[in-house]
Amino acid sequence: MFNKNGLPVMTDVLEIVRHDLLDPGGLTDNQLQQVIHKLAGREVDYADLYFQSTYSESWVLENGIIKGGSFDIDRGVGVRAISGEKTGFAYADDIVMPALQQAALAARSIVKQGAEQSIQAWHKLPAHHLYQPINPLHSLSEQDKVSLLQRVDSYIRKKDPRIVQVNISLSGEYETILVMASDGHLAADVRPLVRFNINLVILHNGRRESGYAGGGGRFDYQHFLTGDLAFQYADEALRQAIVNLDAIDAPAGTMTVVLGPGWPGVLLHEAVGHGLEGDFNRKGISAYSGRLGQRVASELCTIVDNGTLPNRRGSLNIDDEGTPTQNNVLIENGMLRNYMLDKRNARLMGVASTGNGRRESYAHLTIPRMTNTYMLAGSTLPEEIIASVERGIYAVNFGGGQVDITSGKFVFSTSEAYIIEKGKIGAPVKGATLIGNGPDTLMKVSMVGNDLKLDTGVGVCGKDGQSVPVGVGQPTLRVDELTVGGTRTQ
Amino acid sequence: MNAMEQSIFNASQFQMLSDDILQEAKREGASSAEVSIAANKGFSVSAHEGDVETVEYNQDKVIEITVYFGKRTGSASISDVRPDAVHAAVRAACHIAKFTDADPAAGIAEKDELALPYPKLDLAYTWPISVEKAIELACQCEREALAYDKRIMSSEETSVATLEALHLYANSNGFIGFYPYTRHEISCVLIGKQGNEMQRDYSYTVASNSANLESISHVATRAGERTVRRLGARRLKTTKTPVIFMAEEARGLLGHFIAAISGGSLYRKSSFLVDHLNKKIFPSFVQIQEQPHLMGALGSAPFDEDGVTTRANVFIEDGILRNYSLSVYSARKLGMRTTGNAGGIHNLVIKLGDKNLPALLQTMGKGLLVTEIMGDGVNLVTGDYSRGVGGFWVENGEIQYPVHEITVAGKLQDMYTKIREVGNDVDVRGNIRTGSILIEEVMVAGS
Repeated sequence: MFNKNGLPVMTDVLEIVRHDLLDPGGLTDNQLQQVIHKLAGREVDYADLYFQSTYSESWVLENGIIKGGSFDIDRGVGVRAISGEKTGFAYADDIVMPALQQAALAARSIVKQGAEQSIQAWHKLPAHHLYQPINPLHSLSEQDKVSLLQRVDSYIRKKDPRIVQVNISLSGEYETILVMASDGHLAADVRPLVRFNINLVILHNGRRESGYAGGGGRFDYQHFLTGDLAFQYADEALRQAIVNLDAIDAPAGTMTVVLGPGWPGVLLHEAVGHGLEGDFNRKGISAYSGRLGQRVASELCTIVDNGTLPNRRGSLNIDDEGTPTQNNVLIENGMLRNYMLDKRNARLMGVASTGNGRRESYAHLTIPRMTNTYMLAGSTLPEEIIASVERGIYAVNFGGGQVDITSGKFVFSTSEAYIIEKGKIGAPVKGATLIGNGPDTLMKVSMVGNDLKLDTGVGVCGKDGQSVPVGVGQPTLRVDELTVGGTRTQ
Repeated sequence: MNAMEQSIFNASQFQMLSDDILQEAKREGASSAEVSIAANKGFSVSAHEGDVETVEYNQDKVIEITVYFGKRTGSASISDVRPDAVHAAVRAACHIAKFTDADPAAGIAEKDELALPYPKLDLAYTWPISVEKAIELACQCEREALAYDKRIMSSEETSVATLEALHLYANSNGFIGFYPYTRHEISCVLIGKQGNEMQRDYSYTVASNSANLESISHVATRAGERTVRRLGARRLKTTKTPVIFMAEEARGLLGHFIAAISGGSLYRKSSFLVDHLNKKIFPSFVQIQEQPHLMGALGSAPFDEDGVTTRANVFIEDGILRNYSLSVYSARKLGMRTTGNAGGIHNLVIKLGDKNLPALLQTMGKGLLVTEIMGDGVNLVTGDYSRGVGGFWVENGEIQYPVHEITVAGKLQDMYTKIREVGNDVDVRGNIRTGSILIEEVMVAGS
């Protein structure tokens, strides 16, 4: 299907996807039409078939040697039938008629009656072209993949003899999906995704510290070679480990926190994003439920979930229900404007899907999820923001976070942070968890920088046991009060 | 009756498949190979507002293949069991091995390390429940939970799930082993409301044998109790205080310990317990060991992911670290022998004290009872620990009021030495079995 340059011979995405997903099992449009017909009978409001194939690989370097590599294939079809608030779901890891029919029968068992009804004629929806329909696994030879890891390893080890451990990985994924729905939607997507990670440990005077960096997105491996990006990640991981060698105990208590640009946007993902997902709000169990049109953040905050950014890790041409993704304004100048919705929750709430219906795979149910969630830039210089703080911390890098969407409580953990004293950045502090309440914290955003940055493409979001790739971002922010979980009494 | 005869899976089909894979690897020139097959089938239902909300049918299988050309390794996985697809996966693994380096530690277990024979542990019990009956149970659970207290505003989800699974592992040193297991679960997530405050909490019961599940009423009542008691939560002032991690959250403290003594963290020099063998980590009364062969327990396994015999490893004896948790690979990296812990531990058990939770609260007198932990603020390289928590403030040995939006921080190495007592209120639902744990002092950050 691909020539050796990794460029698609067939340019029509639907044709590429048909060839990959339907042809091997000999499935025809006519047969699929019949399955949907049977599925979408009386009392079924909506039904869909989701065909998916994922080819992925990863290469790992550890302790100076290419320790291993793996190649994984996962293919299957998920079948869903929705009747009011009820959903029946089944799947098969074999894309052939008998397995599909069996899954359809199981999914349909959610409703008792069975008469067929007419469904809308299939029509292709307009879709974005945010990334190339390429197979990134073919974009470098195997030899070049492992040699990239080896070169980065020897490059960084030469930089600092205190490095005792380097772990590097390169991974890529070629995913094709096809959605056929009873509302007539017929949509296909080819989704490349690559990632480069480096972890290292340094040992100095008996103290061990680690550093991590990485990045990726919906492009091919050449991205990491452009501008020596992979080597820059290595430098960044080393820089972080060295900073942490000097880290003192973090302070404990409530204080002013300045968050750096980019990945610290995980704040917005946790404090705002999950709480605005439609399933929680339809059930009225989110801290943001019933608050559309109300002030939920300081007027400096405009927050969007934008699935339409070219080549980003969290971007999608179409969501997993075939709806083209959108740039959804969630909070505009502090006012709550929109929730993020999939088709099911949108129908139950009497509005349209916002293109946020996502699933980990054919074996998982679609639910409302984020894409790339970030705050738009303000007008203040980042230096001014830091200079405004008498005492507090400046947090520039984080691990992960978590939220309880009902109470609004959220946490996220720093991996690089500094004391701010009298407007100046001071000593680095050890990792500490920051905890707050979403709506309260966003009201306390008192300064927003002009330096909007998106993360490097490493985000994974977990919800209901399903993982999906996402993006986050923000400019430098000042939060007047946030609780810092350090160990040092002030 | 042999346990296999009760399984819904055709194990002999998977045995033939694994034989075929090992032979194909040999034909492709691999000097050794191993294959792991995991298959499961089941369903889960959830109820909301008195009716079924979702019915999900699960059936998954994944075949993982690793080939060795001398000390070079390649791996592949696939869900398709058709011969041409499986052979293509074997060739993909062999192709990858051409580009990996010789790793002195690579390779399958030695013959004398393999679990031959391995015990039968009775881990599989079919739950003869129909989807309709499961829906009925979920609806009943929700109904009873909502009736528990008028402050229970709604249920987020009440679910009933049943899963039957088969695990098979084979390698070219002549090992083939498989065992079926089951997992059945009832869970209830509730939302409580008081004024403008909303709080969520949950309860669940899980077992390999449905006869050992707690009753629906028990799950509903406990979910109700747990949700209501969180209402009226306050913050605490930043302070140093004793803390009790309630049994289900105390599991995490021991989980971090196991992660820190696992071979992978040790040979990567990524653990605060590097070079701590035979050193004192806990107070003298602490004993921690593994019991991998408990009949019917969810954490039990007759052999590990290398096909190696699982055994009753003693990790902590009188507070002293006696063993690391090692796989064949990590053991070779460290110049040691495997402890049968490829894939992790199986039923980690800490010796219990003699007090129940109320008595433990009395011992603490004044301090924090942690019932919820949030976030991933644990650095295994340094032992630095900082997590978001929720729970209760305790004075005079009695719970005073719920607390939230605070953090607990310390260094794991210090927290371990400061363990004062382990309660007898063991939680057997997970792979780590502990009672509540009282720690002398941690830093709490709040207002």
